[in-house]
Order: sequence, then structure tokens, then C-alpha cells
Amino acid sequence: MNDIVLDVSDVNKTFGGLQALSNINLKINKGKTHAVIGPNGAGKSTLLNVCVGRLEPDTGSVMFDGTNLTGRTPHEINQLGVARVFQTPEIFLDLTLLQNVEIAALARRDGSFSFNPFKAMAAEKELTREAEHMLGEVGLGKLTEEHTGNLSRGDKRRLEMAMCLIQHPKLLLLDEPTAGMSRHDTNRTIDLLKRIKEQGMTKVIIEHDMHVVFSLADWITVLAQGTIIAEGTPDEIRGNPKVKEAYLGGAEV
Amino acid sequence: MASITQFNPSSPKRDLIIMVVFAVAVLTAPIWLAPVGASYPDLLQRFAIFGIFALGFNILFGLTGYLSFGHAAFLGVGSYAAVWIFKLLTMNVVLAIIFGVLVAAIFAVVVGFICLRRSGIYFAILTLAFAQMFYNLAYSVLTPITNGETALTLALDDPRAIDAMFGVDHGAGLPAPSLFGLELTGFTAFYFCAVVLIIAFWVSLKIFRSPFGLKLLAIKSNQNRMLYTGFNPKPYLLVAFVISGMYAGLAGSLMVITDPLAGAERMQWTASGEVVLMTILGGAGTLIGPLLGAGIIKYFENIFSALHHAQLAESFGFLPNALVEPVVSVVSLFVGEGWHLTLGILFMLVVIFLPGGLMEGIRRLSAYVRAKRAGDGEETVAGGATQPSE
Amino acid sequence: MDTILLQLLNGLDKGGAYALIALGLTLVFGTLGVVNFAHGALFMLGAFVAVSVNALFTISKRVKDESVTFFDAYKEQPYLEIWFGDTGTALIQWSVPIAILVAIPVMLVIGLAMERGLIRFFYKRPHAEQILVTFGLAIVIGEIIKATYGANPIPVHAPPPVAGAAPIGALFGGNEALVYPWWRLIYLAGSLGIIAAVFSFLQFTTYGMVVRAGMADRETVGLLGINIEKRFTIVFGIAAVVAGVAGTMYTPILPPDYNLGMNFLVLSFVVVVVGGMGSLPGAVLAGFLLGVVQSFASIGAVKEIVPGIDQIIIYLIAVGILLARPRGLLGRKGVMET
Repeated sequence: MNDIVLDVSDVNKTFGGLQALSNINLKINKGKTHAVIGPNGAGKSTLLNVCVGRLEPDTGSVMFDGTNLTGRTPHEINQLGVARVFQTPEIFLDLTLLQNVEIAALARRDGSFSFNPFKAMAAEKELTREAEHMLGEVGLGKLTEEHTGNLSRGDKRRLEMAMCLIQHPKLLLLDEPTAGMSRHDTNRTIDLLKRIKEQGMTKVIIEHDMHVVFSLADWITVLAQGTIIAEGTPDEIRGNPKVKEAYLGGAEV
Repeated sequence: MASITQFNPSSPKRDLIIMVVFAVAVLTAPIWLAPVGASYPDLLQRFAIFGIFALGFNILFGLTGYLSFGHAAFLGVGSYAAVWIFKLLTMNVVLAIIFGVLVAAIFAVVVGFICLRRSGIYFAILTLAFAQMFYNLAYSVLTPITNGETALTLALDDPRAIDAMFGVDHGAGLPAPSLFGLELTGFTAFYFCAVVLIIAFWVSLKIFRSPFGLKLLAIKSNQNRMLYTGFNPKPYLLVAFVISGMYAGLAGSLMVITDPLAGAERMQWTASGEVVLMTILGGAGTLIGPLLGAGIIKYFENIFSALHHAQLAESFGFLPNALVEPVVSVVSLFVGEGWHLTLGILFMLVVIFLPGGLMEGIRRLSAYVRAKRAGDGEETVAGGATQPSE
Repeated sequence: MDTILLQLLNGLDKGGAYALIALGLTLVFGTLGVVNFAHGALFMLGAFVAVSVNALFTISKRVKDESVTFFDAYKEQPYLEIWFGDTGTALIQWSVPIAILVAIPVMLVIGLAMERGLIRFFYKRPHAEQILVTFGLAIVIGEIIKATYGANPIPVHAPPPVAGAAPIGALFGGNEALVYPWWRLIYLAGSLGIIAAVFSFLQFTTYGMVVRAGMADRETVGLLGINIEKRFTIVFGIAAVVAGVAGTMYTPILPPDYNLGMNFLVLSFVVVVVGGMGSLPGAVLAGFLLGVVQSFASIGAVKEIVPGIDQIIIYLIAVGILLARPRGLLGRKGVMET
């Protein structure tokens, strides 16, 4: 019985002489919400990109649920059970909200490729019901037939979350899920993420908003200039002087 | 929002109605096209054949957004393959069509596999380059297969092995293509093509309504999201490419049923450009649009390219004498030999003013009419834009 | 040995044309972000500037042919000869070099008109639409030329002093019998000259520096308050002149017809892909390289081993490059990757 879902060990990544990540070691336990914080340029997004196969680490390895992720393509990694919410919402514009979520559900059901030109989408009743339910869960239940181009930024991100959640991923990666959201929207998102947590989904959150971090995280890793400078429970991090220094007088911490 | 990227799941009942209306419309085309002088079999067949070609092209371009500039190559390959079946094995068209489609599919797999390694402009250039390569080869090294400039035709002393085996007697002259003994000439040939068109349309409709079609549209919409949602876009694109290549091969083999002759000019870039034009003129990504575009272009080609100086002088006879000659000489630039000039200008006008094609125009018009009727003085946007930007 | 030298020269000639068209394509793409399918048509128009100048010079009057005495015979005599005698004859014979001078302003005007009249409306539109509209334009230009000059190739000759063959064998101390057309040598020198001129313009003038900076990072340069649009318009004009003059110079080598543009365009696109989209040196390098390779592939001995290789070698190389190094020989990462 292995409780570690994601195991990042000794990962290094340089971009033309710039050390973006150096000797990163992270272990993320099943069912936990793990926040990665740090100032701009600390390497948070790079770390996430390494985890989803967008970037390959120079050295070290990323193990997910017993599988080595290095060298795998993003769609393979997704099929293994890793879903990602982007910093700027990546959704299918022009399609309806329902169709966006249905596509994600199809990926879970049919795998990375399936050829079924003589099946009708209209006959996928089960899939549609599930997608509608999921949209309701994230608070977009009234907009299922709308085209996504009309959505606000916050709604787009919620839609993206619905697309990830319907895949029932083992690991959900969230890159600043509340950036650019109003306080009201942020709180709704926090509630949503808390509800997911109850279902036992493992999450990694990159976030600037400390309110979000401290409401959700079980464990926090602080990155600065590509290295881990502190790790611990929210309470430990709150009192850590090194962290305060890294945030240059981030008094709110 | 440039092009129409919408998925319509429709319902089985609605699709059935569409199919019935479509089939009736196609089969009665000789009647309702009579008033515009387009009801003779030769032209009707061309409508059907180019309709199939455009339908197939639309599956690639309309659904995935990948713009191929080399689809005429698959059409040409299909033609050559079908004529060879006529020459070597049998005049029965079934085998010729199957073989034509199959060979086109094989070519499409190879070309698609390579070209789909890139997207966007690269893809357009690569497909164009491949088509030019096939075109050059057909005129040079491959002349034993293609017969070069003289084009591949039937000959009296062709073996036709299967026909010979079953003792099919083709008489003294050159044999005509047949369907199990039914000679395919005149209206018989048209109805054959019409039935094939209806089947081709049905397949296209099915694809448009399927999860597969939805995924293709999603690839067009956001390939990155597709990757992170767990899809591998490459095989989807390749399958779409091959299907559209098979449609082209089907069109090519139907062409030689009408007229058993295959020439390399069928593979030229202008021919590839024509199918692009048909599709965007009608409306890429719409079900009916490409058929509409194919019909309109072939209809006007038929009329315009047949016009000549004397006819023009006659039709402009109502003008004062001094004007007739200048007017006629200007107009004759655009007709007869100059038909391609008209085509080029049409191409530009469509892209500049109506990139969504005629279907988009119809949509806008009906939205405008509805808005007029609905709101007096209400400020409704006449553009019919369903997706106002953020 | 001689065959190799001759084919090398042939290849460089052809490569010169590829390089010049590809250079313009790359410039326009790099600055304006537009893929111009009508760029080959500019090359073709340049060739027809030579045809037009020649046609203009040889507008003739029907005069009585004095050399025929036993019945009334007539012949065509150009007005230039009637008016200026030998000077007129010389003008006609030198019509290609004169056409080059004419082509520069003519092509500049055509290029600017094309950019202002059509291309600029497409900067913000999808690439597919840019391709389609310029493709339509290429057809229109080709058809206008066809309507004016007919479908057959029209030969235009090089001036008499350089119309013959240069004894290159003797010049290089090799085989005395080895000769090569003077005009082709001049053409090669001319293409190299134009390439050098374009590169020095980009390298050494402030104008060129801004253009280069704009190619690298359009937004930043725009933020500096420099009017990029206006400069880029002129870049389009320059690209048109480069392609046009290349076309004009090419007429004595290959009689132009209305299809010339598209034939060269397809190959030039392949050149751009091989060289690396967005890289000017890549375009030039790949242009010459592919010209030479194609030329060697058409040697009889090579064709005996691989029939038809000359027809497809360029495409095969393009496919190979694409599979092995999708960015092209000198392409930068991130250019046109989507």
C-alpha cells in the first residue's frame, strides 16, 4: 500500500544557463491538498509543466502512482489520471459548455483515440447527464447550452475545472485557480475545492492568494529561485522567517 | 470569429428528415434543375461528383481547420486506379470504385502521415508540394502508368481479364462502364452517381453528428486543451485526412465512369484550389455548404466557359451600337477562356467579404430579417453574431 | 568533371531564383506575418515587365520590303528603328537590361499597391484566410497575364554581346571546348548582388535594423513608438522588387508564361521550409542548395540509377528535413510552430 501519489525526486531544469529548478524533491500523499507557493519566477509553473509532460526535466524523475512520467506526452499523462487547470483558461471556444465537458468525459471513457463515426452524440444520454450534473456542481448548471465565448473569466475557469473533475483524476493540478476572480467567485471556488477534497482527490495548487492557500492546503511547499526553501503545515509556514524574507516583507504571511 | 465551428448534435428524427429531403432533392434534380437549363446528365453528374469531392474536403478542412492544397492529387490517383481496373480486369464499375478509393486511401495515409507532422501554413505548403510532386511524376517517370500528356484511355486490345473469363461481350467498339450489365451512360450514369452522392452525404452527416466529429471540432478549436484532456490529436487528424482523401478518390473514380479517361491535369494545383473554393464558397464546416459551392461553381463554369464573342454581342444587342463592342470585349475577358479569371475574383471576394461562405450569408440574412420583424427600433446587431467577444 | 561544373552553374542559377523568391517570402512573413501565395506571381510579373518592354520597343509599322523587287512585299519594321536607326535597334536588343531598370519602380508600385490595397486588411485574420486570398490573387494575376499575352511562353533575348556562350573552360584553364551562356553567369552575379544588397540594407541601415528588430519581436519595437506598419509596407515593396527583378533577369533563361509564378512559388515554399521559416540566411542557403541538388539529380547518369529523381528530389529533401529537423536548417524555435 503506497500512499504517495506524486513523487518528484532530484529534478533539475535549466533554461539556457538559468536554473529554473534545482534538486526539487516533493512527495505528495493521497487525498491531500498540497500548495506550492513562492514569488514570481520561483519556478512554480515550471514544476507543474514538468509534472504534466509539457517540459522534460534535465535530471531526476517524476513518478506518478508508480509510473515514471518523464518522457511521456501530455495526453498519456492525462490518461494515467492527471488533470490540469491552466493559469489562463484553456477551453474549447465556439462549443457549448455541455460539449466542452462531454469531450472531457469522452477522453476518460474512450481513451486517447477511438474511431466511432457512426455513433451519434445525441445517443450518448448517460454522458450528457453526467456532464450536466458536473456543470451543476461547479455552478454553471444554467448555462449548459451557451457558447463558451460568452463566459466571464471566472466562469471559464470553473468550466475548466468541471472538465477536469469529470475525468475523476487521481491528481488534479491547479495553476492559480482564483487569479483574476472577484472575492465572491474566489470563495465559491474554495468551497468547490473543499467539496472535492472530501471525495479524496489529491490536489496540487499553485496560488498567490494566501487566503486560498491557508483555507485549503494540508501541506505547503515554498519555492524561491528554483529551490525549496521551506516545507510544512500551514501553521509552520505562517511563522517561518525565511518565507517572510522570500516574499520581501510579505506581512500578510 | 472567422469560421463556423459549431457542433450540432441534432436528433435521429431530424437527421432522418434531412436525409429524406436530401435524397428526394438529388433524385429529382433533373426535374427542378430544368428551368435553369442544367438538367442534362453530363452536367448533373459533374454536380454529384464535385459535390462528393467537396463533401470530403469539408470533413478535413471544415471540421479540423487543416487546409490542404493538394487534394486534387487523390482525385487524380483515384481516376488512374479506376481506369486501370477497366483496362486490366473488368468494365464493372464496382471494382473500379473500390480500387480507386483504396489506392487514394493508401496515398492519403502516406501523405497525411508526413504532412500532419506540422500544422497551419506548413501543412498547406506540404500538401501543395506533394500534389505538385505527383503531378510532375505523372508527366515524367510514371508515364508507363499514367500515359503522360496523352492521358490514360481505354484501348480495344486491353485484356479485361475478368470480363474475358466470364465471356462478357463488349461488341466491336470501345466498351462502356457498366454496373452488372447495366450500361452506365446518360441518365443511368447520373442516377448511379446520385446514389453514391446520397451515401456519401449520409456518411458525412454521421461523422458530423458523432463523438468523432465533435472531437475533430475540438481539435480545431483548441489543440492544446485536447492534449491535456487526454486525447492524441494525431490519429484523429490522420483519420480525417484519409477519409477526405477517400472521398476524393471516390470522386476521381466516378469521373472515369462518366468518361473513361484519366489525365494529370486533374491533379494540378488549380484543381486543388477549386475544391477549396467550392468548400469556402458554400461554407466550410457546414453540412450542405460544400455541395452548394460545388453546384454553383460547376453550373457557372458550364455557362460562362461556353459563352463566346458572338453570343455576347447578341445578348448586348440592346445597347447603343457604339457601346456594344467595348462592353462585349470587357465581358469576354471573364467568360470562355477567361472563366478562371472570374473564378479567381470570386475566390477573393468570398474570402474578403464572406469567409463563412454562403451558409453564413444565409444565416446573417435570416437573422437580419428576424431582427427586423422582431424589434422596431430595437438595437439588434444584424451580423447574427452568436458569439459576441468578451 | 566538366559536367559537374556545368551542373553546378545550372544549379546555382536556378538556386538564385529560388533564393530570391524565398528571401522575399521570408521577409514578408517575418515582418507582416502574412504568407503570400501571390509572391510567385510577382516573380512572373517581373518576367512580363521584360516581355512588355520588348513588345513596346518592337511596336512596328508595316513598310514595303525593298529587298523583294518582283512583287509588292511588306514587312514589319519597329518604329524605334525607323526613328532612331541603329540606336533604335540597339535599344531593342538591350531590352532586358532596360527592363530591369523599368522593373524596379514598376514592381515597387505593384508591391505597395498590393499591400495597401489588400494584404493589410488581412494582418489580423486567420492564416488560412491569408493563404486563400493571396491564392485567389495569384490566380487573378496569372489569368490577366494569360488574357493579355496568351498561354504560350514568350522568349525574350539577352543583348547580343552577352547572348552567346562564355568560354569558361578556357578562362579557368580547363577544357577549351567548355562553354556556358554569358547571360546565365550575369544572372548568377546579379542574384548574388541583390542578396548582398538586401542583407546590407538590413544590416547596416537604421531602417533595416528596425525591420530586423521588428521581425524578432514586433511588440517591443512597436512599444518604442516606432511606426512599424509603415516600414513593413516598404518591406513588402522591397520583397516585390526583389522577386520582380529576379523574374526580369530570368527571362532570357526561361521564356515566361502565366504559370511561371506558381511553379516557382511551390518550390520556393519548399525552400523556405527547408531553410527554416523566418530565417533569411536559411532561405538563401536552402535556395542555392536545393537548386544545385536538383541540377545534379538531372544528370543523365544519376537518372539512370534513380529514374525521375530530378522531379522529386527537392520534395524528398523537404520531407526528410521535416522528419529529422522540423524547424528547418536555420530556423529559430518558436517561429510558426503552431
